[in-house]
Amino acid sequence: MSEPRPAIAVVTFPGSNDDRDAGLALEWLGAEARAVWHAEHELPSDTTAVVLPGGFSYGDYLRCGAIARFAPVMQAVARFARDGGLVLGICNGFQVLCEARLLPGTLRPNASLEFVCRDVELRLEQADTPFTARAEPGQALTIPIKHGEGCYFADDELLAELERNGQIVLRYEQNPNGSVASIAGVCNEHGNIFGLMPHPEHAVDPLVGSGSTDGALILGSLVDAARARVLTAA
Amino acid sequence: MRATILVRPKPGILDPQGEAVQSSLRQLGFHVGEARVGRVIDLELEGADGESARAELERACDQLLANPLIESYEIALDG
Repeated sequence: MSEPRPAIAVVTFPGSNDDRDAGLALEWLGAEARAVWHAEHELPSDTTAVVLPGGFSYGDYLRCGAIARFAPVMQAVARFARDGGLVLGICNGFQVLCEARLLPGTLRPNASLEFVCRDVELRLEQADTPFTARAEPGQALTIPIKHGEGCYFADDELLAELERNGQIVLRYEQNPNGSVASIAGVCNEHGNIFGLMPHPEHAVDPLVGSGSTDGALILGSLVDAARARVLTAA
Repeated sequence: MRATILVRPKPGILDPQGEAVQSSLRQLGFHVGEARVGRVIDLELEGADGESARAELERACDQLLANPLIESYEIALDG
């Protein structure tokens, strides 16, 4: 019997533009991607994980992610997350999760005020999460970033809390945007919600980009964790 | 009733927009110190008055118009 293909919901907001790439990458890695429109009030009933993709939801009006947070589907995503469901936010998806206060901290305009679009070297700080289990602690990953507002901010108190709880999952080797403590990705305290600025879905196919497939370690970990939930439920 | 809401980056928060404005003004020959860039939101309020309007706007600021982690706000009511 072949392994089950877990259903992973990929949300499309008006202005999302990496939704199809994320869906394609998840399909490659053995999941069944379910496109979910922002105006939906419910997630598909067989959803095992949710991905909020990159893009410019609602034109980035007011602050990135600030309006998307109020999309009808976000109520369902928040419920799913609070029940322990796996939620991954990539780039704009990370911004949406921070604005929705499902993840700590916030993302601000890059310190350089420039849009940065290139591969970056990352260091994996936490391999003990459903999003990173395929990688080794301390592993170096090469994954592209492409954002104008990826400067992660947490005040001193919050930063100390994140360090203490092991919520800093990914750091940049060379800080490209002014993020505090070179943070590229954080998870919530329970470890079921993860947001990162780099785009793992654009480092899955060796024929695209620089040829790195390190993004598959992250999305593949998510597919593994989602599949484990299907098997547990069965 | 009309309201004007000023949203500003909190003191101590890096404000790259403010820094860019400061450096551009200096290049133009203006003698300026620190510049900070915020946002103005003009709102028309329907059927609200005085204190209830202010309470309503504070909720609007906390929920949407400002990000309390990094921004402070001021509300001015007019008429």
